[in-house]
Amino acid sequence: MAEGPKFDQIAYYTHDDLLKFDYRPPATGWMDIPANLRPGTWIYPGKPKHLEYLDLPNPRAWSPADEDWKLPENWKEIVSNGIRERLDKYRSFRVFMDICVRCGACADKCHFYIGGGDPKNMPVLRAELLRSVYRNDFTTAGKTLGRLAGGRPLTVGVIKEWFHYFFQCTECRRCSVFCPYGIDTAEITMMGRELLGLLGIYVNWIIEPAANCFRTGNHLGIQPHGLKDTLSFFADDIEEATGVRIDVPMNKKGAEILFVTPSGDFLADPGIYTCMGYLILFHELGLNYTWSTYASEGGNFGLFTSHEMIKRLNAKIYAEAKRLNVKWVLGGECGHMWRVLHQYMDTMNGPADHLQVPVSPITGTRFEHARSTKMIHIMEFTADLIKHGKLKLDPSRNDRLRVTFHDSCNTARAMGILEEPRYVLKNVCNSFFDMPENTIREKTFCCGGGAGLGTDENMEMRLRGGLPRGNAVQYVHERHGVNRLAAMCAIDRATLSTVCEYWAPKVKVMGIHELVANALVMKGEKKRELNLRLQPVDETEE
Amino acid sequence: MNVVLPFFAVLALILAGYVGVKVLDLKFLFGVLLPYAAIAVFIGGFVYRIVRWAKSPVPFRIPTTCGQQKSLDWIESDRLDNPHDTKGVIARMALEILFFRSLFRNTKTEIKDGPKVVYGPNLWLWAAALAFHYSFLTIFVRHLRFFTEPVPMLVGLLNEADGFFQVGVPPVMVTSLVILGALGFLLLRRLFTPQIRYISLAADYFPLFLIIGIAGTGVLLRHFVRTDIVGVKELAMGLVSFKPAIPQGVHWLFYVHLLLVTTLIAYFPWSKLMHMGGVFLSPTRNLANNNRMVRHVNPWNGPVKVHTYEEYEDDFREKMKAAGLPVDKE
Amino acid sequence: MYDAGKIMTGLVVFLVILTLPFWYSGAMGKGGARPEVKLPEGEKKCVESKEYMRDSHMDLLNQWRDAVVREGKHTYVSEGGARHEMSLTNSCMKCHADRAQFCDRCHVYLSLNPFCWDCHLDRKQTGQGAK
Repeated sequence: MAEGPKFDQIAYYTHDDLLKFDYRPPATGWMDIPANLRPGTWIYPGKPKHLEYLDLPNPRAWSPADEDWKLPENWKEIVSNGIRERLDKYRSFRVFMDICVRCGACADKCHFYIGGGDPKNMPVLRAELLRSVYRNDFTTAGKTLGRLAGGRPLTVGVIKEWFHYFFQCTECRRCSVFCPYGIDTAEITMMGRELLGLLGIYVNWIIEPAANCFRTGNHLGIQPHGLKDTLSFFADDIEEATGVRIDVPMNKKGAEILFVTPSGDFLADPGIYTCMGYLILFHELGLNYTWSTYASEGGNFGLFTSHEMIKRLNAKIYAEAKRLNVKWVLGGECGHMWRVLHQYMDTMNGPADHLQVPVSPITGTRFEHARSTKMIHIMEFTADLIKHGKLKLDPSRNDRLRVTFHDSCNTARAMGILEEPRYVLKNVCNSFFDMPENTIREKTFCCGGGAGLGTDENMEMRLRGGLPRGNAVQYVHERHGVNRLAAMCAIDRATLSTVCEYWAPKVKVMGIHELVANALVMKGEKKRELNLRLQPVDETEE
Repeated sequence: MNVVLPFFAVLALILAGYVGVKVLDLKFLFGVLLPYAAIAVFIGGFVYRIVRWAKSPVPFRIPTTCGQQKSLDWIESDRLDNPHDTKGVIARMALEILFFRSLFRNTKTEIKDGPKVVYGPNLWLWAAALAFHYSFLTIFVRHLRFFTEPVPMLVGLLNEADGFFQVGVPPVMVTSLVILGALGFLLLRRLFTPQIRYISLAADYFPLFLIIGIAGTGVLLRHFVRTDIVGVKELAMGLVSFKPAIPQGVHWLFYVHLLLVTTLIAYFPWSKLMHMGGVFLSPTRNLANNNRMVRHVNPWNGPVKVHTYEEYEDDFREKMKAAGLPVDKE
Repeated sequence: MYDAGKIMTGLVVFLVILTLPFWYSGAMGKGGARPEVKLPEGEKKCVESKEYMRDSHMDLLNQWRDAVVREGKHTYVSEGGARHEMSLTNSCMKCHADRAQFCDRCHVYLSLNPFCWDCHLDRKQTGQGAK
């Protein structure tokens, strides 16, 4: 018998099979349905060596498929204390545990629910998984009335359920937009994951990058010399495409700007072309900047682990900015990275008094809105350049591309950088079309693989979660002939490639600075016959 | 269970009111002692809950941004849905609290063949919620005519306005109909929308039944079962002036109405109804998105174990030197 | 960040407004005791029983109005068999002549503004009959 595709490959899933679900919930109450941990829905657990490297509790070899998860003896006490500690440390957690009225407005806002129909993927029920335990153990009504008050005791089954569903949430915050009290499931999921972490329950796709990042400075584990080689290869490719040899300043003390981008841009199609885009732009501007091998990661898988881990990994950016004595920090195209940089970095590792308020050396624009954090988004930087006419652009070089734009969850709902990328896109390509209104800006849909879920062994959930986004892409493809999806997020660039291949197969994914660099007319460039992918510029694709 | 039990609990309360007053004549208990106790429980409980929330800090500034940020001068920022200053936050909170801004965004998602995921507007919940809350508020304020002497002009005017259509004697109040309609919608939606039914707890049905009971007995007392409302006010004024007295001639149904209200007051602080206070404290709504402008301080921000540059260079120094990367220590 | 000041201010404001009934009337110098109505000196018996009149006089008046205006009937027979002319001005106000001393006492107490006086006038105000 020939070997068919496996559960971690998209060929394993037919559209018909995947869509065979019903939004109507089952007859059995949710408390009585144990988690169905079937392959394709969960991620391999964290390997002991990574836990050990990060001093995390209970490192051991185990599998979610096992009956025994080898929890510490006093696991109940650990979780209970963990909940209490977090109730006291986070008003968000305490308030969100208390005030949900179960109005159901969030129910059909989650991409995993829309694409899978599992009631526990309704944000309200995802929160109830934890809330039920909170009620049972921490409220008078729950202690006395138990299940009648919506409480249930903490059992191993509950822990397994938490594992299943808190790793089926991409912390995208879409539900929070619709909640009349702003209850943010991302907060609940973060607490849930922290509690699981106390028992040594991590997934490898998150904890290995976190360990890598701690050691080498980036999630991929690229060591300093490796990063230098990688960027040099990019410079070679750039020379081939443009005829211009560019410099790659690294660990340069006294540079004006430290540039930090997600390490996803160092590896694999299509992130690397975005990275080349940055290199070309900075060269053309003659920017006095530097890459860092120590702070070679803008992203932060700590965000998917614990607040403590966010801080541990994020500390490198300000530390390196101080060591290199730069004036301010510029950040690349990434989603969750900007959640951390925008909402956590200054609080956790600031104040960055050793830095100055960012000023564009090209336009003189003072970025007052970043006057405390001293870090700006490259889309703010580039939009400002274009507005001041500092870039010579030939958008017709992107004419074979009909482009739409995916707002990344974190930059849309934890920052609000909505117009800058659109402004840049409209200036570097001639055909831009937004997706339908309910799927963009603050209502944007996740790629299905954010918050550390972008691996292959949970492919079923990724494809389900990717349905709303993929479907909106397919819609603009059919209506406007869109063939490119631009995204300013490294995880998006990786995971949306899969989502598009499955739900909108004619559309490919790219970063915005790849488009910028294609359109950028460089001093001394040769006739641009090849784009950054070293494909002929003229030839129409597909 | 989740539906039936709260329903019978409210029925039992009604029965208790009837038996307690009509049969056992415990008017002082139902008319004075329980209301006082309930008010004490409410105030104590409400303060306790708020203080409890307030004692947990907001370590990070985590607004959910629903519009364009404030960045470059020439890009217009969305001051209401993504406020960057206190003024904007106040406006955002006002929209949220007075008009249920977020609920107004509600959509309905369906999958059609193709597959095609389609989104439609879905404003029923928003409309019913708004109708319910504003009717409730109006009715609450209207009832101040029983608790104040002289009755403030505003309360009088509200009573006039609410009975504007002058149908019946005494005139039917618009809010009586609206609140019963809205409550009916909210209940039916909970019972018959499969997803909502699935997520609903007893704690979701109980307040619905209770408030339906309150509104129902209120309408009965106004239009169908006449009682001496001067006596009712005498009782109410006795309570608020701490000279409690039980007047004669007040119908037992009034005591049932009062018992249900008493129950609601006492139940309030321990229930989801505290969303009334909680909505003000939601960190995703009540904070300005000025994260990069002003540093937010976390009171428990402590040191964590990091991998310093020195340790990093120690790990990779030889490789860095071989690759021609500068190092701090040779 | 706690924002304790803002929260406490909000809480206090909320409680002050909420407990308005407990301090308002005292502050306005009124105790809110049951209003005294001036009962007619001669007549001891009203159209119907005292309890019925107290709780439901508006129903009776409404009934009278409909009977007079819509059906042209003018005589009301009470439970006890007594006959009365169905007229606010001529029957009711024959005994309860002073609106301010009788009707208004309770109506004002309860902030009621019945629409009787939209058409009817009371003698005291105008010095003459309404008809």
